[in-house]
Amino acid sequence: MSSRDDILGAVRSAKPGLDAPAPTVPNYDENYPADRAGLIDLFAERLTMMGGTWHALPEGQTVDDALQEALADKLGKTFDEAVIASNVPEVAGNRALTETDAPGSVHDVDIAVLRARFGVAETGSVAFSEAELTVNSIAYLAQHLVVLLDPAEIVTNLHRAYQRDDFVSANYTVFHTGPSATADIEGVLVRGAQGVRSLTVIPAPVQ
Amino acid sequence: MSGNEPNPAATMARATPEPQPRPAKAADGKRVDHARSAKQFLNAPEHAKSHDTRVWAMRTKRDKQAHTIEEWEELRQLASDIKTHTLTHLDTYLEQFEANAKANGIHVHWAKDGAEHNRIIHEIFTDHGVKSVIKAKSMLMEECGFRHYMDGVGIEIVETDLGERIQQLDGEDPSHIVVPPVHKMRSDVARLFADKLGSDPENDDAHYLAGAQRDATRPLILDADAGMTGANFAVAETGGFVVCTNEGNADLSANVPNLHVASIGIEKLVPRVEDMGVFIRLLSRSALGSPITQYTSHFRGPKQGGEMHIVLVDNGRSKRLGMEKFWSSLKCIRCGACMNTCPVYRRSGGLSYGATYAGPLGLILNPTFDAHRYSNLPFASTLNGSCTNVCPVKINIHEQIFGWRQVLAENGHLPWTKKTGLAAAGKVLASPKGYRAAIKTTNSALKHLPRWAIYNRMNAWGEGREMPSPPDNGTFHDWYKRHRLNRDGASRNTSEN
Repeated sequence: MSSRDDILGAVRSAKPGLDAPAPTVPNYDENYPADRAGLIDLFAERLTMMGGTWHALPEGQTVDDALQEALADKLGKTFDEAVIASNVPEVAGNRALTETDAPGSVHDVDIAVLRARFGVAETGSVAFSEAELTVNSIAYLAQHLVVLLDPAEIVTNLHRAYQRDDFVSANYTVFHTGPSATADIEGVLVRGAQGVRSLTVIPAPVQ
Repeated sequence: MSGNEPNPAATMARATPEPQPRPAKAADGKRVDHARSAKQFLNAPEHAKSHDTRVWAMRTKRDKQAHTIEEWEELRQLASDIKTHTLTHLDTYLEQFEANAKANGIHVHWAKDGAEHNRIIHEIFTDHGVKSVIKAKSMLMEECGFRHYMDGVGIEIVETDLGERIQQLDGEDPSHIVVPPVHKMRSDVARLFADKLGSDPENDDAHYLAGAQRDATRPLILDADAGMTGANFAVAETGGFVVCTNEGNADLSANVPNLHVASIGIEKLVPRVEDMGVFIRLLSRSALGSPITQYTSHFRGPKQGGEMHIVLVDNGRSKRLGMEKFWSSLKCIRCGACMNTCPVYRRSGGLSYGATYAGPLGLILNPTFDAHRYSNLPFASTLNGSCTNVCPVKINIHEQIFGWRQVLAENGHLPWTKKTGLAAAGKVLASPKGYRAAIKTTNSALKHLPRWAIYNRMNAWGEGREMPSPPDNGTFHDWYKRHRLNRDGASRNTSEN
């Protein structure tokens, strides 16, 4: 017998003989803001709590301007020297990002600009699938991540998020909630552990 | 401080940091002596204090998060019910998971124990010419002794979780399932990194140390031949699995090398994607007191041009599933809340348990791996029940701890002093006359015996505690006879106190 059959056989004879139906999970989102503006405010508040930056574009500011304003003093080099990889039409960038890039090859990127698939107000999370990332590793090897989020694509909580069909169609779906972080040394919170050092979310409807 | 004058107090504090306590490990085949190892940990008071403070801070943050969610208790019940449903149909869900994973292009392997797990992965690595591996934290791989095995066959494993990397570089086991080096102080890490990574031994700033590790690990990540992760959950409906980290290191391990191997315990199954809403809402809030981990990653198939393998591991789980009193321990989602709240864990440190799993969870899991070696562990508890009260999947942890004491006693695994002491106590407590005589003798003994006769290694209670001083006017029974009983033995009602 194979190990597979042994294990399944052992499980079959050991499992408790209880009548335990799967419970129905409620949505638990009756008390979330009913209007879009309220949901956006809640998202921004929760994102900030998790160490992310909410950057609403002031009248007349382009996303390019916003990158400079949000990140110029965090790069350790001048903004003009920064390697910017973008797969969104709002930002040209100066480094191409293509599906055939080797995963490790994007390690030189200072700023990656991507569009989120959707957001979750409860936790301030943005979600990507491989379609939004082009190369999955870009979201972790870049030093800083800038994310465009369509405010119309913010759901209330995680129950609603998991009702979307993304999880059964994409090979990779990930929630990012703020930047990479650790508190493994004496409980001191350090942002920028192994992944991105900062995460900036810019509300921007799809053009 | 003004100007460049050195601060003498700070300099002195830095010059003589308390050395890290290193509790002795039980030799192979020997029983773990938790009490002795705990004492070795407590002999370093700065470390003991720091540990207690940090672990309790996680519990406090957990409470704060839990209280912001009106439906918290309902979520715990739902999580527990989903797990009961899954475990009572586990064979069906495992088959469904396997079929869906294969349909998505994932290679699925099955391992009965740690040895088979290690062998399977070694074969995969050999087939692909793998020499170096980056790896995210996995308690299952700790169970399997995976890194130790790979050391033996010359494949380099690099831990990418900062805490786990610290423990790897130090040659020490993780002491907490979520925060592996929680027992270390920053001075310990500064010394270790200076030695292993060449960082400045005088700089113990956490930001500096984390940065030093980031810089040292990044090239290893880029050059690795394979990446490994564990899994927090596996979803039968999709054939995919979910990994939660704060550092993004699982995503680096999975997404940078072309080959991704994931080790998954068979109890990690949940039936549907929508179940994840319940578990993700509970997991990090229970663990660290944050609403969610920074990264929650759902893998359902290999990346473009990549290859993905899953090893489904039993390693004692099917046996545990058949234990009437203990099967529900398989509901555990490894959040560590029971450890953070446990007064014994907080004060003794995780390494004193001498096992893969420390804290209350360890007390009920470790004896299933080796009843003799871990027979002392179920006694490392006050049975206060706090672990049960914070458990996000409502495992009756403290009742199972008590249950294990019974099982170990019945199967003859108790150490001699406990066995004979408890047997004598059982006889004495069963007879009122015998009990009264014993109390009188003890009180008299405590009054008249020299200290060496009371405070010795036969009396564990006397280690670190003073025995109570016996009352001058006799036992409660003496007092009751004098004041509450009349001559014919009937009780009388007085206002005397």
